[in-house]
Amino acid sequence: MADLATTHDAAPAARARKLKARDLKAMPGFKAIAWACIVALYLPLIVLIVFSFNDNRSVVKWTEFSLRWYQAALENEGIRNAAWVSVKVALVATILSTIAATMAALATTRAAAFKGQGLAYAIINQPLMIPEIVTAIATLSLFSLVKYVTGITGIGYLMAAHTAFCIPFAFMPIRARLEDMTLTLEQAGADLYATPLQAFRYITLPLLMPGIVAGAMLAFVVSLDDVIITLMVAGPGETTLPIYILGAIRRGITPEINAVSTILVGVSVLLVALLFLVQRRMEK
Amino acid sequence: MENDGERVATQTMEKAGAENRRNVAISARSLVKTFGTGEFAVHALKDVDIDIRENEFFTLLGPSGCGKTTLLRMIAGFELPTSGIIQLDGQDITALPPHKRPVNTVFQSYALFPHMTVAENIGFGLKMLGRSGGDIDKRVKRMLALVQLEAMANRRTDQLSGGQQQRVALARALAPEPKVLLLDEPLAALDLKLRKNMQIELKSLQAETGITFVFVTHDQEEALTMSDRIAVMRAGEILQIGAPTDIYERPTHRFVADFIGDINILEGSVVSSEGRTAQVRLKDGAVIEARVPEGVDGSGDVALAIRPEAARLAGPDETAALSGTLENVVYFGAASYLHLRLGSGEEFVLRHSGALDAYDLSTGSVLGIALQPGRARVLE
Repeated sequence: MADLATTHDAAPAARARKLKARDLKAMPGFKAIAWACIVALYLPLIVLIVFSFNDNRSVVKWTEFSLRWYQAALENEGIRNAAWVSVKVALVATILSTIAATMAALATTRAAAFKGQGLAYAIINQPLMIPEIVTAIATLSLFSLVKYVTGITGIGYLMAAHTAFCIPFAFMPIRARLEDMTLTLEQAGADLYATPLQAFRYITLPLLMPGIVAGAMLAFVVSLDDVIITLMVAGPGETTLPIYILGAIRRGITPEINAVSTILVGVSVLLVALLFLVQRRMEK
Repeated sequence: MENDGERVATQTMEKAGAENRRNVAISARSLVKTFGTGEFAVHALKDVDIDIRENEFFTLLGPSGCGKTTLLRMIAGFELPTSGIIQLDGQDITALPPHKRPVNTVFQSYALFPHMTVAENIGFGLKMLGRSGGDIDKRVKRMLALVQLEAMANRRTDQLSGGQQQRVALARALAPEPKVLLLDEPLAALDLKLRKNMQIELKSLQAETGITFVFVTHDQEEALTMSDRIAVMRAGEILQIGAPTDIYERPTHRFVADFIGDINILEGSVVSSEGRTAQVRLKDGAVIEARVPEGVDGSGDVALAIRPEAARLAGPDETAALSGTLENVVYFGAASYLHLRLGSGEEFVLRHSGALDAYDLSTGSVLGIALQPGRARVLE
């Protein structure tokens, strides 16, 4: 009896030790590697943010805390215009690309299987694989042609270009969410007299919302951030914030740029936090 | 014997006559469903005919892959037949989309809407039908009372236990008062005790609402306890349709006999027959009288089915119909199951409910088997 008891006690202990050894967190060097990654990811940002509050023109020598560069940035008309262009373009691109991505995701997951479904999926995702500079030059060539033929100019070209490259980014989380949702729920809706439109409105859409919100936010951030395509497509007076920063840096880095960049970081952190909150509320 | 058989036959005919007078709710003719084509084609349904009557608890019973769920999904409208027609109250609904059929489903996974409360789930069908808010509230309250979930109206569905979710799914499907309620193995996910309770609840719910229930299961006991009629399916075909007693006591097909409960199946050949009674010579030489059901060819080589409870040990001054050597005794309290090996090498199980004191129950002893008259049956 006593023997039995000891073997019974020993077995789980040994198993626990084995399990612990398999746990990644218990491996040697795990902590060091984790910290190295965090530092590599965030140290540059920390330096940028710290020196945006420096009272000195230098971006390497700290003197005193100040908000003067934020004031300067906000008073700079060039920056304000660029910010406005960026937001306008990003908003339009986000709305249009999210709608297109939602429809594409529905077509590739909810429609009856059709010939070329796999091809459609590949085509939607392909822009992620093509070097952006190629897309940029291709877009420029096409738009030059259109402009030459029609004579129409304006910010619409920039918005169209942004919409196009945002679609695959918006598509990914929406499709992932749709794939997770079982078809049975929509069938249950149809079984309970919901027309296809009603089933979409009352069942598919509400359940898909976290995916759509995630897709839209991703699209917004990607559009806000874009340089290469914008550089090619943007006409005069269509300078976005990243393009403005790029131009300003050529004239030397000033803490003003740090301040603008910090604001951009702040906006994206805010968006991510918002996304997290929205998703948590929807899942509850 | 003859008289006995005739009486059963007339009774069955009278019963059939009475039931035929009841209206047919669902009627399917020559239903065929084939998935894929060519050599990869899977025949989920092969020419199925079925009539499900109004107000009845009808069960589709069979092993997985027999086509029972396909048939149910066809009645719901989720699946189109390759050929054949389905009628509901005499109206062709074969190509009608699910939302236009007055038929509701309780899904195996329940498929409750996770973004709605219990009350919203139950009211969904009525809302889609365009009923007024007041009507919906009233009906939802009645449904909640029916399934005893009044206190849960405003809960989210993921806060409920499995049994409660099951009841919400039931209430949701019953709320729009469908002509037919389809249930796709709804009890499969519940534990044994809850399942037994739900079986009783489902049966009384069906009686209370008067709605036709079409129930899909692979559990023969569930089918026997709940159903008015059972259709036993195998490989896309319906082998037998009948009341639980018909299916259990008068199986016409070897598979049906084997699938439902314990049964002894013995090989033999018909030596003579008169009407629906045949004398069958078994492989070990014994001749047994057996009934030949309607539609079964009672000649030549046949299989004979005898339930364990239709046999018992023969008394000391009785002539035994069969004899076998004892291999095993399983004691169940009220009765004992004796496993015997016949002279032909076939195994025979009998259920003996009387005292066993008078018998030699050592392994290898030779015992006589007495059969209840009229209970041996020739199978298709």
